[in-house]
Amino acid sequence: MGPMATTEATAGAGTQDRWPFWARIDPRWYSSTLLTTILVVGQWRHQILGDSYLPWMVALGTAVLAEILSRRALGLPGANFLSAYISGNSVAILLKPQGDLLWPFVVCSLLSILSKHVLQWRGRHLWNPTNLGVCAMLLLAPTQISMLSHQWGNDLAFVALLWLVGAATTLRARVVHISLAWLAAFVAFAGLRAMVLPQASFVGELMPVTGPMYTLFLFFMVTDPKTTVRTKGGQMAVAVLVAACECLVRFACELDLLAATNPLCVAPPMYALFLVGPPALWWSMRNDPRSAAGGARPAHA
Amino acid sequence: MRRTTTARLLMAAVLLLASTWAVVQDARHASMAPTAARVAAARLECGQSRERHGFCLRERSRELGVEFVHAKASYDPKIKGVEPHVAGVGASVAACDANGDGLDDLYFTSSAIGAKNALYVQAPDGSFRDEAEDRGLASLSDARGPCMGSYWADADGDGDQDVLVLRYGAPSLHRNDGGRFVDLGAAAGLPARVNGNAACWFDADGDGLLDLYLAGYFRAEHDLMRLDTTRIMQDSFEFSSNGGRNHLLKNLGGMRFEDVTTQAGVDSTRWTLAVASADMDGDGRADLYLANDYGPEELFLNRGGLRFERKKGVGLEESSKSGMCVALGDFLNDGAQGVYVTNISKQGYLFQGNNLRANRLASGGRLQNIAEGIVCDCGWAWGAQFADFDNDFDLDLVVMNGFISASRERDYWFGMAKIGVATGGIAEDASFWPPIEDRSLSGYEVSRLLLNQGRARFVDVAPEVGLVDELDGRGVALFDHGGDGDLDLAIANNGQRALVYENEAAAGRGWIQFALRGAAPNTSAVGARVVVKAAGRQLAQVVMAGSGYASQSSLVLHFGLGDARPEEVEVRWPSGRVQRLEAPASGRRHLLVEGP
Repeated sequence: MGPMATTEATAGAGTQDRWPFWARIDPRWYSSTLLTTILVVGQWRHQILGDSYLPWMVALGTAVLAEILSRRALGLPGANFLSAYISGNSVAILLKPQGDLLWPFVVCSLLSILSKHVLQWRGRHLWNPTNLGVCAMLLLAPTQISMLSHQWGNDLAFVALLWLVGAATTLRARVVHISLAWLAAFVAFAGLRAMVLPQASFVGELMPVTGPMYTLFLFFMVTDPKTTVRTKGGQMAVAVLVAACECLVRFACELDLLAATNPLCVAPPMYALFLVGPPALWWSMRNDPRSAAGGARPAHA
Repeated sequence: MRRTTTARLLMAAVLLLASTWAVVQDARHASMAPTAARVAAARLECGQSRERHGFCLRERSRELGVEFVHAKASYDPKIKGVEPHVAGVGASVAACDANGDGLDDLYFTSSAIGAKNALYVQAPDGSFRDEAEDRGLASLSDARGPCMGSYWADADGDGDQDVLVLRYGAPSLHRNDGGRFVDLGAAAGLPARVNGNAACWFDADGDGLLDLYLAGYFRAEHDLMRLDTTRIMQDSFEFSSNGGRNHLLKNLGGMRFEDVTTQAGVDSTRWTLAVASADMDGDGRADLYLANDYGPEELFLNRGGLRFERKKGVGLEESSKSGMCVALGDFLNDGAQGVYVTNISKQGYLFQGNNLRANRLASGGRLQNIAEGIVCDCGWAWGAQFADFDNDFDLDLVVMNGFISASRERDYWFGMAKIGVATGGIAEDASFWPPIEDRSLSGYEVSRLLLNQGRARFVDVAPEVGLVDELDGRGVALFDHGGDGDLDLAIANNGQRALVYENEAAAGRGWIQFALRGAAPNTSAVGARVVVKAAGRQLAQVVMAGSGYASQSSLVLHFGLGDARPEEVEVRWPSGRVQRLEAPASGRRHLLVEGP
C-alpha cells in the first residue's frame, strides 16, 4: 500500500502475533513517513510544492477536515488521519493549478475524500480516491489545472530515493508484484510503440517512467490494495490492463486522434487507472464475494 | 442505516457542489482567455479605447515603411527533429539612434544564413527607410552564425552609438563611424563563439567605459551548423547548468575588451535567455539580473572593484522555471527596480507562472514574487517591458508570447511532456526528443498588455486597445515615434513580419521625457537613474542598454504624469553626480547633459 492509497485495510488479527514488531505496524505509517520524507527532501532540493506552502496546507487541511466530518456523519469511530494525510499530500504534489489558485486544492481534496464514502459498491470504494480527485479536476477545470508533468530537477539521487522508497513500501505491503507487472507491461508497450510509430524511439517512449508522476503512480497509486482485485494473479492482470489502456491513450495522442490538451493526453496513466481499475474491481467483487467489504486482502497479511 | 444514507446523500451533494464550483470557475476563466475570436470581438474603436483606457494602439508597420520579415535559421541536419525549437529564436529588435539625429531608429535581426538584417532609419516625417546595407549592418547572418540580437551604446566614448551583434556563433562589434558601421572583427577581443541570445552594456567597474555582459545559451563548443554530436540540449528542464558560459568583458578603451568573468565572479553556465543591468540594492553600482531557461534566476550584486556577489537568500535560487526575459521597472513607485521574468504556462501541462518581484533589497529584504492572476499566465511568454502606456504615472507591462505557430491541428505539447519529465540527462541528446515536425508548440497566442491600475493591480487590455496579433513575438522595444508624448512598440516576431504599434494616447494626460547625454566616455548615460516626483508620488527609471528579451528600448526615458505636474526631477548620473531640476516643464523632451 502506498501514499496515494487511502485504504483502511487492517491486518488479520490472528496472524499478527507471528510478525515482529516492525512488521505489525500499519503500513500506512511507513507510507506516510516516507511520503513526508519525499515532501521534505523534495521541497528542500527542488521546491516540489511550488513557491508557497499555502496550497499544501490547504490541501491537507481540507482532506483532514473532510475525513473527520464524513466519518462523524457516517457514525464511524475515530478519524482516519493517516488516510487524509496521504490524500492531502498526494493532491498537493500532483495538482499544479494556474498561478496562485487555492480552490483547486480544496475541491480536489474534497472529491478525493468524499468520493471514498459516496462512490461505493458493496461497501468498498471502487476508485483510488486521489486518482479520482485529480482526474476529475482535469475534466472539470481543464483551463486552470495542470498535472505534475515535469521533472523534479535532473536529480538521479532523488529519483533513486523515490524508487527505493517505493520499492520498500510496496515490498512491505506485499504489492510489489503489481508495480513490477505494470512496469513490465509499460516497457513492453513502449517497445510496441517504438516499432509501430514511425518517429518514436524506445528510449523516448520509456522517458515518462523516469519522471515523478509515473514514479508516484507506479509505487503509490496503482498498488492501492483497497481498489484492486483480491488475487495476486488478478492484481497483476489488472496492472497489465492499466498499462494497455495507457498505451492506447498514448497511441491516440501520438496520432493526433486526441488533442494534446485533452486531459487523457495530459495524464495517461491516471486516466488508465481511472478507467480500468473500477470495472475490474467491480467484476472481481461480482464474481468473488470475498472481495466485498471486509474481505479485502489485508495489506500485510 | 437511515443515518448512513442521509450522510451519503449529504456528501454526494457536497461533491456535486464542489464539482459545479470548479466547472463555473473554469468556465469563467475560459470566457476571458484571449482567443482569436474573443480578441476580435473585444476590440474597441480607437476613440472608445482612449476614453476607457487612455490610449489605443494602431499597427502601422507597412504604412511607416517597416516591411521586415524575420527568417529562421537552419541548423545541422543531425538535430532536424528539434530544429523548430532551436530555430525558435533570433527575431530581435533594438530602438537605437544609428545616425545620431536624435530620432529613434529600429534595427531588426534575421537569422537564416544570407538573410539580411534591417536598419530602419527614421526620417523627420516619421517614416522609416531600411539603410542597413548602406551602413554596413545588413548581411551579418553569415559564416559566423545566425544573428540573435543587437545591443547599442557608445562603447568608445565618441558620442555615437556602436553596436554589438550576437549570434549562435561568434559575436561581433561594429564601431559607428559617422553613421557607417565598421566590423571590428577579432580586434575587439570578443570570445570566438558564444551561442547566445542575451547581452547588455553596463559600467561594471565604474570607470566610465561601458563593459559588456554576454550570455551563452548553447555551449560554445558546439557549432550549431556543423555538429559532431546531438548531445547539445539542456540535461534537465529544471536546475540545469550545462548551458553556454556567460562572459563579462571589460572595456579597455579603444573598442578592445578583456574577459574578466572569473575574476569578477559572474560565471554562470545556466541557459541564460535574458540579462539586464540596474542598481538593484541602492548602493549606486550597476548590478546584473539574469533570467535562465530551465533554471533559477540569478542576481549578481556589484560590490565594487570589479567584484560581484551571486546573491543568495533573496528568493531566487530555490525556484526553477523557464526564465525568458528580464524587465526592470519601478512598478510600485517605491524607487526600487522591480523585476518581471516571463515563463511558460500551458493548460494541462505546465503553469510555471511569470514572476513579478517587488524589490526590497535596499532595506535588507528579498525579491518577493507578488505575481497573481493575469500577470502569472501569459502563455509561453517571451519579451516583456515595463512602460507607462496610458501616461498615468504607473508602469504597465507589455508581454510577447507564442513559441511555434505551425499546424493548427497538430500540437507538440504531448511530445514535450515526454521529454520534459525525462530524468538522467536523457534530454541532453536531441536525438531522443520526439520529432517536432509541423506541430505547433504554444502557437497562435495573443500578446498581453497589462495595465497597472495602481499598486501592481494589473488588468489585460490588449484586445481592447488593439494589440491583437497572434504572431510569435520575441523582442519588443519601446520608443516614442514622432515625439508625440507616448510610447510606441516595435515587435520582432520569429519567422514572421515585424510590427510597429503606434500609441495614440488620450489628450489631457501629461508626460515628460529625458534624453541624457553623459560625460564621455559613457555618453549614452547607461546606468543613469532619473526620479520624477509629482503629486506626492515618485517614479524612478534607469537608462538600460538591453532589457526584456532580445531587445533594447530607446535610451530616452519617458514618464507619464497623469494630471500632475512634475515637482522635482533628480538625475543620478553613472559617475555618481546628482543633478536636480525644479518643476521642469511637462509635455516636452528635455536634453540633459552631464556637467563637468
